[in-house]
Amino acid sequence: MQETTVTFQPTEPRPAPVHQTKAIAWLRSNLFGSWFDTLVTLALTGLLLSFVPDLIRWLFVTATFQGDDTVCRENGGACWPFIIEKFQVLMIGVYPQDLAWRPAICAIALVVLAWLTYWDRIRGVALIVAWAVLPIFALIMIGGAFGMQEVDQSVWGGLMLSIMLALVGVIVSIPLGILLALGRHYGSPAIKVLCVTFIELLRGVPLITILFMASVMMPLFLPPELVINNLLRIQIGLIMFSSAYMAEVVRGGLQAIPKGQSEASLSLGVSPVYTVAFIIVPQALRHVLPPLIGRCIALFKDTSLVIIVGLLDFLGMIKSAALDTDWLGFQAEAYVFAALVYWLICYSLSLYGRQLEKRGPNART
Amino acid sequence: MTAVKLESSIAEDETVIAMQNVNKWYGDFHVLKDIELTVAKGERIVICGPSGSGKSTLIRCINHLEEHQEGKITVNGTVLDKNLKNITHIRREVGMVFQQFNLFPHMTILENLCFAPVWALNMPRAKAEETALHYLNRVGIAEQKDKYPGQLSGGQQQRVAIARSLCMNPSIMLFDEPTSALDPEMIKEVLDVMIELAETGMTMLCVTHEMSFARSVADRVIFMDEGEIVEQNTPAAFFDAPQVDRTQKFLSQILSH
Ligand SMILES: Nc1ncnc2c1ncn2[C@@H]1O[C@H](COP(=O)(O)OP(=O)(O)O)[C@@H](O)[C@H]1O
Ligand SMILES: [Mg+2]
Repeated sequence: MQETTVTFQPTEPRPAPVHQTKAIAWLRSNLFGSWFDTLVTLALTGLLLSFVPDLIRWLFVTATFQGDDTVCRENGGACWPFIIEKFQVLMIGVYPQDLAWRPAICAIALVVLAWLTYWDRIRGVALIVAWAVLPIFALIMIGGAFGMQEVDQSVWGGLMLSIMLALVGVIVSIPLGILLALGRHYGSPAIKVLCVTFIELLRGVPLITILFMASVMMPLFLPPELVINNLLRIQIGLIMFSSAYMAEVVRGGLQAIPKGQSEASLSLGVSPVYTVAFIIVPQALRHVLPPLIGRCIALFKDTSLVIIVGLLDFLGMIKSAALDTDWLGFQAEAYVFAALVYWLICYSLSLYGRQLEKRGPNART
Repeated sequence: MTAVKLESSIAEDETVIAMQNVNKWYGDFHVLKDIELTVAKGERIVICGPSGSGKSTLIRCINHLEEHQEGKITVNGTVLDKNLKNITHIRREVGMVFQQFNLFPHMTILENLCFAPVWALNMPRAKAEETALHYLNRVGIAEQKDKYPGQLSGGQQQRVAIARSLCMNPSIMLFDEPTSALDPEMIKEVLDVMIELAETGMTMLCVTHEMSFARSVADRVIFMDEGEIVEQNTPAAFFDAPQVDRTQKFLSQILSH
């Protein structure tokens, strides 16, 4: 009967090492793969350790979230009440407070349209029309028309102005860039020379020079009745600069389209204009979507240069806030906030672009 | 293969294509030499010849994808010159099918078919879609209408390309090696569509090396070499008793594999 008392003895459960070994394997292959990788990893870790703790302390631990400048100075860390107080001026400049809802509506319209585009809810002609109408709508809302109280352009400012400059710049310079690229690719020799000259002239000059020309020199050469306001001149400068770069991006796309595409369309009796508009350009744009989005991001960042010709865009407002005598000594907070906002917007644009690339037949095949 | 010979549908008295003394050069290279060719309504012509002999150039001159420098080309009574109106008019009556299909990859199959009727003929979209579905049914791929070209096999794509041309209701169809880019098992499905098209009395010019197709469908086989029309004859006479050395040599190469 001895046998019956033998109890089942389970062996020790083995450790569940999956995650650990996975993590170790990952570390080994990615960070400590060779002596050189190990060296780089250690050096970078050291570098991070040397400033990240201090940064976190400054940003959060010793930072002030409520109170005034005296409290801030006592705590010694970052002074967020400063940013909170300046928030509105950073967003819309000295735009009248009681009308702030107007740019807010524009911002909502922009987000909604971007959302609809992102989820493919709006396509084709409607998509193009919607994006073309958006800046016009924004100009009317912000500037005032049709009985709405008018707001002079001299008080447009802050992030609103930066986004406005970039948005109008992108939306106008993409079609212009397409036309320039088409002229360079398909045009008669005269048109070709014209397009190439324009593109190469503008690409050969720093943006600051163009902005100075638009702001300072254009009024000198134009008859007084033709002088348009400073903001519009600078917007035109930005558009010209951007369209030259867009043109080069689009040209790359045009070159990638096989000749058979236009031949097929032409042989069906479709006119050359429609062939270019519906067969060539859509495919070319799809090819160059990543660099095109890159140009949009670059243009948004470039708008920060308009501070030099006296516009108070987002960065301009940051700068003037940093000089406020009530809040002296809090420049760092202002620029950290500026960097954060620029990064947030540019990184979202970049993610947005990546999502757009995934769509379309290129991704489906 | 079917040895059944398709009944001829030629209307002898009606010339739809006339090429008179056509010459063309690429730079110094004389690619078409004194081409004389008349095609009657309903006639089915197969053009063959070695690679580089100018077959593609010849048929591409008919819808002015290539421009000839000398001679006169008349299509359905319209003379091809630099006048864009005439060119567009002729292109609407002459369909073309390419070796590489050349479907529009950014459009669905249905959009591929509707594009030209809508934008070249101003056809209402509903009517264009109806026509498109009719031809998709005829080439047997209506159920694929919402897919993109990249999702279809080569044979299916080429059938779509044929349907796309037919949507413009052409009176003449040009084929430039329509089966050369296809895997062998897909050649038949495309040839079947072409044979069916021939049965409807369509005027056809086909550049192809599918000799069985030439035998059963063609009214006339044209042999080109070095930019010249070297020999032309009925398929039976052409294949069984070629008159010229170059033709014999070409045929022996073609038929040996
Ligand atoms: N765009 C062009 N420029 C210069 N030469 C060309 C061009 N297209 C074709 N050719 C030349 O013309 C000749 C005839 O070409 P093609 O009509 O395509 O011949 P096939 O279709 O009989 O193979 C070939 O030698 C080819 O190299
Ligand atoms: Mg060829």
